[in-house]
Amino acid sequence: MTGARATGGHPAAAAEFVANEPRARWHDQALWFVRDKRDRAASLVPDWERLRDAAAAIRAHSRGRLADLLEEFEAKAVACGAKVHWAADAAEHNAIVHRLLSERGVRRVVKSKSMLTEECGLNEYLGARGIEVVDTDLGERIVQLAGEPPSHIIFPAIHKKREEIGALFHEKLGTAEGLADPKALTEAARGHLRERFLAAEAGITGVNFAVAETGGVVVCTNEGNADMGTSLPRLHIACMGVEKIVPRLEHLAVLLRLLARSATGQPITTYTSHFQGPMEGGELHVVIVDNGRSALLADPSVRGALACIRCGACMNTCPVFRRSGGYSYGWVVPGPIGSILASARDPAAHATLPFASTLCGSCDAICPVKIDLHGELLVQRRTLAARGLVSPGKRLGMRLVAFVLAHRALYEAAGRLLRLALRRLPRSLLYGPWNVWGRRRELPAPPEESFRETWRRTRGARG
Amino acid sequence: MRAALFVPCYVDQLWPRAALAAVRVLESHGVEVVFPEDQTCCGQPMSNAGLAAAAEPLARRFLEVFGGFEAVVCPSGSCTSMVRNHYDAFLAGAPGFEKLKARTFELCEFLVDVLGVRGARGRFPHKVALHQSCHGLRELGLGVPSERLLPRTNKVDALLRTLGGIDLVPLARPDECCGFGGTFAVAEEAVSVLMGKDRIEDHTRAGAEIVTATDVSCLMHLEGVARRERRPLRFMHVAEVLAEALA
Repeated sequence: MTGARATGGHPAAAAEFVANEPRARWHDQALWFVRDKRDRAASLVPDWERLRDAAAAIRAHSRGRLADLLEEFEAKAVACGAKVHWAADAAEHNAIVHRLLSERGVRRVVKSKSMLTEECGLNEYLGARGIEVVDTDLGERIVQLAGEPPSHIIFPAIHKKREEIGALFHEKLGTAEGLADPKALTEAARGHLRERFLAAEAGITGVNFAVAETGGVVVCTNEGNADMGTSLPRLHIACMGVEKIVPRLEHLAVLLRLLARSATGQPITTYTSHFQGPMEGGELHVVIVDNGRSALLADPSVRGALACIRCGACMNTCPVFRRSGGYSYGWVVPGPIGSILASARDPAAHATLPFASTLCGSCDAICPVKIDLHGELLVQRRTLAARGLVSPGKRLGMRLVAFVLAHRALYEAAGRLLRLALRRLPRSLLYGPWNVWGRRRELPAPPEESFRETWRRTRGARG
Repeated sequence: MRAALFVPCYVDQLWPRAALAAVRVLESHGVEVVFPEDQTCCGQPMSNAGLAAAAEPLARRFLEVFGGFEAVVCPSGSCTSMVRNHYDAFLAGAPGFEKLKARTFELCEFLVDVLGVRGARGRFPHKVALHQSCHGLRELGLGVPSERLLPRTNKVDALLRTLGGIDLVPLARPDECCGFGGTFAVAEEAVSVLMGKDRIEDHTRAGAEIVTATDVSCLMHLEGVARRERRPLRFMHVAEVLAEALA
């Protein structure tokens, strides 16, 4: 995997992705198609913008009463017969899940989509302890077979062309060589997954929403794999971050209307599964995970990001994400929201992510819960600078420029010098290796006079 | 009416024709334009780099230079937004700051909202594509961006549309970022240039002869990519289009 954690961070990983221009364009167009579908789906909802306002208010309220709501949820869930576990971090989460499985002798697990378990590295943890976890979401199964992490939170295999998936299935599932028809490939995956479902001894799911008033959890899928994975085995483990809580069932009437439309442009996901207590003769365990979230909650500059409902719309609309791919971010959640979350958790490890944006603001205009994404990216940039994580060269350069700009005479002299250099220097020198702007772009043609020189010449000094 | 012209540093030095055009347009509407010569830069490059300490003195300087005027007009949505939406971090509570914020306008916004201009004067018989500069569109609200499900109003588009003979061609992606993004243009050079190429492709397919925008920064980047790629597009600031129509 090419990742932003590698030397060079996001710019280097993105440059590698862009180096294959037709592929970068194809990736851009695939996600723009989703953005376009979202626009059309949203346009069919009267008062979409008021729905966003309501969602933002629900999320802000839930965040403000997080502890109370979680306790209410626990009491109600327990009353329904579920067991609730609390995990402070990824290690505790993994240990809890492993204990639940090993105590019951479980060796084979099916899992429906969960970014939280990706964040915690659950598959690897359980795999190392002899428990096989099969991801049952088609996209996730594809990347799992390829030995890769998801590149997008909604479309985990969006970076793969169908021919590549055909080749992968040929190798791993024994499909015919050269098979690239999406329908046939999906059928092959269904057949393969059906066996895993039948053999599974436990089902793990993520959680889209946990409802405090009912003690129930809600999982949205398009493939019905969460239902399949929790209906056959007797043990269902649902893993959720603390921020998934909503106060009341009626709040889903707002959030669910926004979620699928924002994520894929569908009016609603094919399956919206409510789990309230275990099935007859079975067990339901809900693992509630903090893993850094309460630290975000304590920080006023980033707590807004906890409102995220993981729809992925900010990724689909982000012109940088579309052209640099999910892996260039080097973290489990990529794109604008991922850049904020990653940088807030570990600024040093993700120092280039807040700069992987033009601050165009398309992300916050599309966000169904109205997170001020580009504003928060800017805040992260300030945090990085305050912690000395902006390169010394950039810091010094900017200070120098700021000093020049703070003195009119210096500014005017520097401007004259710049225009003179642009006019007089030979092209070979002007477009030397130092000139990053000019690698694939011309420098502006310099005017003879600055605006102020013309103004002074034609109007005299006044004003 | 008297207005102080705020000319962003890169416009002053590298694309002065946009500011000269803004003067002509404003004067054609009876505005007395003054140019406070102590102005330099609003500090956005430092601010967006996260270096608040380097940006703050420039914000203070801006308030000193422009604080006394009843209106400040700028041929850039991005630099106007810096003053209106981002100066709070540096100047909150400073005497005169709230007044400055309320009275600093992007050029088209000033024409439409303050002067009440409903029709631009003159003819501009060309095929023009309007590149929506992001900060003007999404931070200043010069128009409703495509992400929002609200009636599609746009002050810049509305002004241009009234020019005689103009053919405003529609783009496949009406308001995607050009990829300039300040230091992004260099720090993320690969993505920045690909974004620029994609915008140029869209403008070319739309049949535009001229690409116009409220921000010279976008135009400088797009023009640089187009010239390297030998695309025959011309790039003009909105003020240049409005001024040329007057001629």
